[in-house]
Amino acid sequence: MVDPEIPVLTIEDLGILRSVAWSDDAQQWIISITPTYSGCPATDLISTQIRLALLEHGIRNFSIRQVLSPAWTTDWMTEAGKEKLRQYGIAPPVGKAIDEALLENTIVPCPRCGSTHTKLVSAFSSTACKAFYECQDCLEPFDHFKCH
Amino acid sequence: MNDMPINQSTSQPINYILHLADDALIMSQRLSEWTGHGPVLEQDIALTNIALDYLGQARNFYQYAAQKQNEAESATGPQALLPGGEERSGEVTEDSLAMLRLEHEFKNHLLVELPNGDWGQTVLKVFFFSAYQKLLMQQLVHCTDEQVKGIAEKSLKEVSYHLRWSREWVLRLGDGTAESHERMRLALEAVWMYTGELCVQPDYHQGWVDYTAMKTDWMEHVQHTLAEATLDAPVAAGFQSGGLYGRHTEHLGYLLAEMQYLQRVYPNSEW
Repeated sequence: MVDPEIPVLTIEDLGILRSVAWSDDAQQWIISITPTYSGCPATDLISTQIRLALLEHGIRNFSIRQVLSPAWTTDWMTEAGKEKLRQYGIAPPVGKAIDEALLENTIVPCPRCGSTHTKLVSAFSSTACKAFYECQDCLEPFDHFKCH
Repeated sequence: MNDMPINQSTSQPINYILHLADDALIMSQRLSEWTGHGPVLEQDIALTNIALDYLGQARNFYQYAAQKQNEAESATGPQALLPGGEERSGEVTEDSLAMLRLEHEFKNHLLVELPNGDWGQTVLKVFFFSAYQKLLMQQLVHCTDEQVKGIAEKSLKEVSYHLRWSREWVLRLGDGTAESHERMRLALEAVWMYTGELCVQPDYHQGWVDYTAMKTDWMEHVQHTLAEATLDAPVAAGFQSGGLYGRHTEHLGYLLAEMQYLQRVYPNSEW
């Protein structure tokens, strides 16, 4: 299943899907998901889509749980996921999320031409998880999936 | 504080959780007034994104408060949590807590309900609040309540980003042109008297946060940034307080009237 905002990534690539497990006690499947940002409006939609997908496959005994801890981080994004993101035109997160000092001087390569001559236009962008950049060489504006 | 207009025992964690939720919700509602009115598109989007983060935090805290309240009521029977001791049908939900409580039942800081003013005043308010919220969340991530701990872990990263963004604006405008500096000076004068209530321990606190240490750290961070922005913190004649106990400025009522209108006119409506 893909993310509604970034249709090239699955919820597993993104690290939103934390676990799927059968519970003998509850006699049901427990699906655990975690939101990227507290207010991410896609979380409710993702949960609905999981529900529909399971029902379509005839699975009725399940419960979907939202877990907040440990908090979601871009460090969980798979390498394959990062590459898919770049090919889609979104610069993948650069570096590790915990490195606060790095945030200040992050160089984000342009997902189109690969140039490192890029400029932060806005710390916020089309969705909560992205920042807005501009490539100074190919002049293409692009989204950067923020380190988080 | 015995004149607390809240029909709940002060020791119950729900009061503290509602206090955290109310701050986030009112901050979110205020900032979302900028949506479509920002000075440039990028900053319009920035504030809208920040407002969305606050809304998410508020929902997490309200959901937990509702769960706690329903658990308590399943043991003791329904307690009037709604205004005027009104009979309530069904369980408490995140929506009933946000949309059906009255002004005097909100426990947010006065700072967050103040009108936005101009851009300078808005970013200054976000800066003061983010500096507080970052220190708060840094302590709450160690708290003994697993759910509050989880929400704090989630929020801390967002709040750090808000602080970085708003701090940059305070520096840029304070140490900017004569006009921007003057606007920031006026904003500071308007808002400063409402900052005294931040980092003050509410009576219904749960022992999760060392407020004394937080106050020192907040003041240090704020003074440092103001100095860098070439702004002087005003010498306050006095600080306003009361929000933590439901005594609000005249501004909150208008905000709630707008925010709660639909639920009050069309109860239980959904979209």
